[in-house]
Amino acid sequence: MEAFLSSLVSVAFHGVAFGMILYVISVGLSVTMGLMGFTNLAHGVFAMAGGYILVSSLARFQIPFPLALFLSFALVALASVVLERLLYSRLYGASELEQVLFTIGLIFMSVAVARLIYGTLQQPVLLPDYLKGQFSLLGRDFPAYRVFLIAFSGAMIAALWFGVERTIWGAMVRAAVDNRAMAQSIGINTKRLFTITFAIGSGLAGLGGALGADIVAIQPTYPFEQLVYFLIVVSVGGLGSLRGPFVAALLIGITDTACKYWLPEVGAFFIYAATIGLLLWRPAGLFGRRA
Amino acid sequence: MKHPVGYNADARLRWTEWLPWVLAIVVFFALPDYLSMGARVLTYILFALSLDLILGYAGIITLGHAAFFGLGAYVTGMLSVKLGVTDPFLQLLASAVAAGVLGLVTGAVIMRTHGLTQLMLTLAVAAVCLEIANKATHLTGGADGLAGVVVAPIFGMFKFDLYGKTAYWWCLVILFAGWWLVRRMIHSPFGASLTGIRENRLRMEAIGAPVYARLVLVYTISAVMAGVAGALLTQTNQVVGLNVLGFEPSGELMVMLILGGVGRLYGAFVGPRVFWVAQDYLAKQFPEYWFFGIGLLLVIVVLFARGGVLGICDGLLAKFRSMRGGGTA
Repeated sequence: MEAFLSSLVSVAFHGVAFGMILYVISVGLSVTMGLMGFTNLAHGVFAMAGGYILVSSLARFQIPFPLALFLSFALVALASVVLERLLYSRLYGASELEQVLFTIGLIFMSVAVARLIYGTLQQPVLLPDYLKGQFSLLGRDFPAYRVFLIAFSGAMIAALWFGVERTIWGAMVRAAVDNRAMAQSIGINTKRLFTITFAIGSGLAGLGGALGADIVAIQPTYPFEQLVYFLIVVSVGGLGSLRGPFVAALLIGITDTACKYWLPEVGAFFIYAATIGLLLWRPAGLFGRRA
Repeated sequence: MKHPVGYNADARLRWTEWLPWVLAIVVFFALPDYLSMGARVLTYILFALSLDLILGYAGIITLGHAAFFGLGAYVTGMLSVKLGVTDPFLQLLASAVAAGVLGLVTGAVIMRTHGLTQLMLTLAVAAVCLEIANKATHLTGGADGLAGVVVAPIFGMFKFDLYGKTAYWWCLVILFAGWWLVRRMIHSPFGASLTGIRENRLRMEAIGAPVYARLVLVYTISAVMAGVAGALLTQTNQVVGLNVLGFEPSGELMVMLILGGVGRLYGAFVGPRVFWVAQDYLAKQFPEYWFFGIGLLLVIVVLFARGGVLGICDGLLAKFRSMRGGGTA
C-alpha cells in the first residue's frame, strides 16, 4: 500500500512537471493560432532552439543557469520576430495547406541545421549543483530540479495569465482574438500586436524547451517527434484559450507519465485513443469556443 | 483555368498524357543500371498520386499518409516472412484490404473534424502505426525491420531478378492501373463533387451533396492506393523498415507532390522523379544538407512557385503564347 502510494505521488509529481513543460511550450501555439489563424507546425522548432541554447550556454560557454534560461527565451523571441516579419507575415491569410507546407519546410531545415551543428546524439544538460539532489517535502524526497521546474513554470504561467487578463496589452490581444476587424477599426495596431504576441509565444516555447531539456530529450528530430503532443494540447484545450491548454497539458502530462510507469507496453496509445475520443465528443476541444 | 485537369476538362486523352509512359519505357531500355531506383520512383509516383487524390482534389490536408503506405509495406513483408505467402497478387490484395480498412475506420473519424484537429488526428494515426511497428517486435522485427521478403514469380513465369527488370514492369503496370482509375475518377461526377467540396464545403452541403460520405470514400480509396504502393515498395526492396512510417515519410511525400504540382494529376509523376534523382545525387554527397535542401525547396515553392514544376511550365507556356499572340495581332 505504501509502495503504491509513493508511486502514485511520484507519477503525479513527474506528470505535473511534464505537463507544465508542455503548457509553457504550447501556450504560444494556442495563442498564435487563435489570434492569427496561422497553422504553425514549426512551433516545436522554437522549443528545440531554446533547448540547444541552454545546453550550449551551460556546456560550452559556462554561462550561469539563470542567465542561460533568460538567453533561451530572449534569443528565440528575437529570432522569431525576424522570421515573422520576413516569412510568416507573407502567409497570413494564405490557405491552410500553404501554411502547413511552409512550416513543414521550416521543420526540415531546422532538423538539418541542428544535425549539422550538434550531431544526432541527445545533448546532456549540465545542471548547476544547487539544482541537483533531492528536496524533502512531507517526509518524501523529490528531485530538486523538477521542484524548481514546477515552481518556475507556475510563476511564468501566473505572470502570463496576469498579463493577458489584467493588462492593456492583454485586453488588446483578447479583443483581436475575438474580432480582429473590429479591433483594428478602433485603432489597435494588430500587425504590431501579432509580432509581439508571436515573439512572446515563441520565446515561451524556447523557455519551455530549455526548462524541459532534462525531461524531453533535445535532439534534431525533436520538432517532428514532439509535434503530436503540442498539437494535442492545443486542439484538446481549444484554440485561442489560455486555460484550456493548461488543463489539457496537465491531463496529458499525468496520463502519459502514468502509462509509461504502469503500462510501458501500451506506451502512447492511450493518449492517442483518449484524444480521438475526446475530440469526437467535443470537436472544438475542452474550452474551445469555435465548433 | 486554375485546375486544367478535372470534371470540366475534356476527358479525352491528349497526346501529352502518353508522355510519362513513353518516358518510363525509354528509361527501361536506356538506363538498365537504374531499374531498381526506377521501380522505387514508380512506387512513389503511385503513392503521390494517392495523396494528390485527397489533397489536390478533395482538399483534405493530411500529415499521416505514410500510415497506409507503411501498413501496406508491412502487411506484404509479414505475409512473406511470417506466413510464407509469396504470391505477388495475394500480397498486393492483402495490403490493399488492410490499408483500405484502416482508411475507412480512421477516415470515418477524421472526416468529422476539420482544420487543426483534422491535421492532428492524421498525424496521430501515423504515430500510432509507427509505435505499433516499433513495439510489436515479434511481428514486425521492431527497429530491425523485416528482411528476406520472398516474392514468387508473377504468374509463375516472371521472376524478380537482381537488376529489377521484373520489378520495374510490375510497378509500371500497377501504376498504370492506378493512374487510369484516378483519371476516370476525377473526370466523373464523383470527382466533380470532390472539387466542389474542396472549393466550398458549405455550398456543397447546401445543394444536398453527401459531403461526409464522399470524403470518407475518397479517403478510403486513397488509402488503398497508398497501401498498394507500400506493398510494391516491399516487393521491390525485399525489406521493410520503420522508415516507411511516421511523419518524415509523410512530409517527404508532400514535398514530392508539391514539387510536381498539387491537384493536377501529372504533378505526381514529375515530383517523385525530381525528388529521387536529386536525392540520388545530393544525399550521398551531402547527407547533412539534403534535409535542409528539401525544406528550403518547400518554403520556396510555397512563397514563389505555388504550382510546382508543372505550374512553372504552365506559366511559361502561357507567356510564350501571349507573346506570340501579341506579335501577330
